[in-house]
Amino acid sequence: MFDQLSDRLQATLSEVRSRGKLSEDDVDAAMREIRLALLEADVNFKVVKAFTKTLKERCLGEEVLGSLDPGQQVVKIVNEELTGLMGGTGSELALSTSGPTVILMAGLQGSGKTTACAKLARHLRENGKKDVALAACDVYRPAAVDQLVTVGKRAGAHVYEQGTDADPVEIAAWALDRAREERRDVLIVDTAGRLHIDQDLMDELTRIRKRVKPHDVLLVVDAMTGQDAVGVAESFAEAAEFDGVVMTKLDGDARGGAALSVKAVTGKPILFASTGEKLEAFDRFHPDRMASRILGMGDVLSLIEKAEQQIDEDAAKDLEAKMRRNQFTLEDFLQQLKQVRKMGPLSGILGMLPGMGAMKQLKNADVDEAELDRVEAIILSMTPEERANPHMIKGSRRKRIANGSGTRPQSVNQLIKQFDQMRKLMRHMASGKMPDAQQIAQMTGTAPRPRARRR
Amino acid sequence: MPADGEAVRARLIEILAEVASAGWAPIDLSAEPAVLLMVGVNGTGKTTTIGKIAWHLSKELGLSVVMGAADTYRAAAAEQLAEWAERAGADLVRGQEGSDPGAVAFDAIEAARARGADVVIVDTAGRLHTQGNLMDELTKVRRVIDKQLPGAPHETLLSIDATTGQNGLRQARIFADAVEVDGVVLTKLDGTAKGGIVLAIADELGIPVKLIGVGETLEDLRPFDPTDFANALLAD
Repeated sequence: MFDQLSDRLQATLSEVRSRGKLSEDDVDAAMREIRLALLEADVNFKVVKAFTKTLKERCLGEEVLGSLDPGQQVVKIVNEELTGLMGGTGSELALSTSGPTVILMAGLQGSGKTTACAKLARHLRENGKKDVALAACDVYRPAAVDQLVTVGKRAGAHVYEQGTDADPVEIAAWALDRAREERRDVLIVDTAGRLHIDQDLMDELTRIRKRVKPHDVLLVVDAMTGQDAVGVAESFAEAAEFDGVVMTKLDGDARGGAALSVKAVTGKPILFASTGEKLEAFDRFHPDRMASRILGMGDVLSLIEKAEQQIDEDAAKDLEAKMRRNQFTLEDFLQQLKQVRKMGPLSGILGMLPGMGAMKQLKNADVDEAELDRVEAIILSMTPEERANPHMIKGSRRKRIANGSGTRPQSVNQLIKQFDQMRKLMRHMASGKMPDAQQIAQMTGTAPRPRARRR
Repeated sequence: MPADGEAVRARLIEILAEVASAGWAPIDLSAEPAVLLMVGVNGTGKTTTIGKIAWHLSKELGLSVVMGAADTYRAAAAEQLAEWAERAGADLVRGQEGSDPGAVAFDAIEAARARGADVVIVDTAGRLHTQGNLMDELTKVRRVIDKQLPGAPHETLLSIDATTGQNGLRQARIFADAVEVDGVVLTKLDGTAKGGIVLAIADELGIPVKLIGVGETLEDLRPFDPTDFANALLAD
């Protein structure tokens, strides 16, 4: 997510940071790099111009040149400005005070509206305990209704559909009546993808909006969109009067400049970000956290929130005590592994740690989830006694475990070796020393491997 | 001096058109059956493009077409393709949702051979080029096709959304590494986006645009004309 942009900005800023004193030329050079980085990231050229101008003015002002550590000061300013560009602190959905909250989704074809509808439904259900219904108003694209029915059910939402013969405006109105009757908390209206210059369809969108009077209109924007994004956003702002943006396909290597420009031009914040194929890969967008992530300062807040959601505090305390007493067993390791995995794919979690972006071996690490499945399978094939004392695993036991888990004896050996290393590492940490990156990489098995090893 | 301005502009268009036509070759349908493989990122218009190609081949050229619904991942993808198959008068081979896409491609080619069909078009699930395991899966689908019919696929087309920015180049590069892309289908050109990134794709990777999508109906597929494209790029 934003990796390319992040790399370039970090390189530029570490250059600036390494200097004790900054001249105007230094600032100019840095601004040039930042401008290039943003343009390469598809940020609209007008936005880039305005952004670097403000940045430069602030960097040449008193607060930097007079300070003891000008480089650090510049980083702080870039962080603040970048946060501002993305919309300051996070914004929220407007919720209805009586009756269902109506959310209207709009966007170009292929931006990911239908998937975003289901993901948003799941998000509201899981995080806000809402009873969500979906209205299928895309009657144009073949099988769009079927798709919404399938993903909607998967997300645990009710799907209201009338096939493809009815008028989208009527379907929306009918769905709203039904949502009221059935006392749903939220109604999300999926619409057909449309080009912003297709007057008929844009009019239809306006009619749907006027009919159901949504509390929130969300524009779905593909993170890979180029310079055209601004024109699209302006047209949708007029027809749909959208309140916020859902940014999709952020799990690619697109630099997401489009979404940044949309915010700058229309003033509407990015509310949600979609980051993967799975329904759970969807979260609120926090501009401030994203800015510090782009600058390699990590996103510890999101990590802590994720951890708080998933990890049982008592279990964690128990674990910590065991680690201190060096009584950590494979059984504990298994429990811990399961908890961490509940937080989502490991590669995503690594990205939230400060400084991890700069750590090469972790950056290219393609965390293989199947490998973790195998680790779980191996431990599950052990007896409780073996889990507590892995050193008793020799010859026939090893063979039995390998057979039981569908792996090979070498893999069992490897796991036990890694576990030993991990215990050593924990002893270190318990005595107050931090491990280095290489050790962490070994412990988690995330050291980069040649791609050929994967299926 | 407007006269000189015009000359510069004409020359510029010429240069751009030349860059855009790098590596161009017609889509070869001489094999029996000829196999087309459609790949691309999510939401770029693969399934719609297949519907249009099938319609063109069957209604305008009188060829018999079999579609293989190897997008077994996205909900209702096969239903969507089925609708296009019906409109275009093509046969459809599909598998269970979640089944192996390679197996569907295999079955589609087998069916085409059994029926003596002229062309097989294989649809695949949209995937972000950054997802290593999904790209590996695509390489496997291609391998399966080659095993079933040596030399196939005869044409691998990558769909690129005209609104895509700088990222399009990376998409093309990684898809080309995975499945040897022969040409690009530039979709959604009926909007305001001009799809300038295909110039970089043609220039750096030698992969030309072969077809363009300009609307949502079956007829809205055109051969790519480099000069028209260059003209549109410079228009304001």
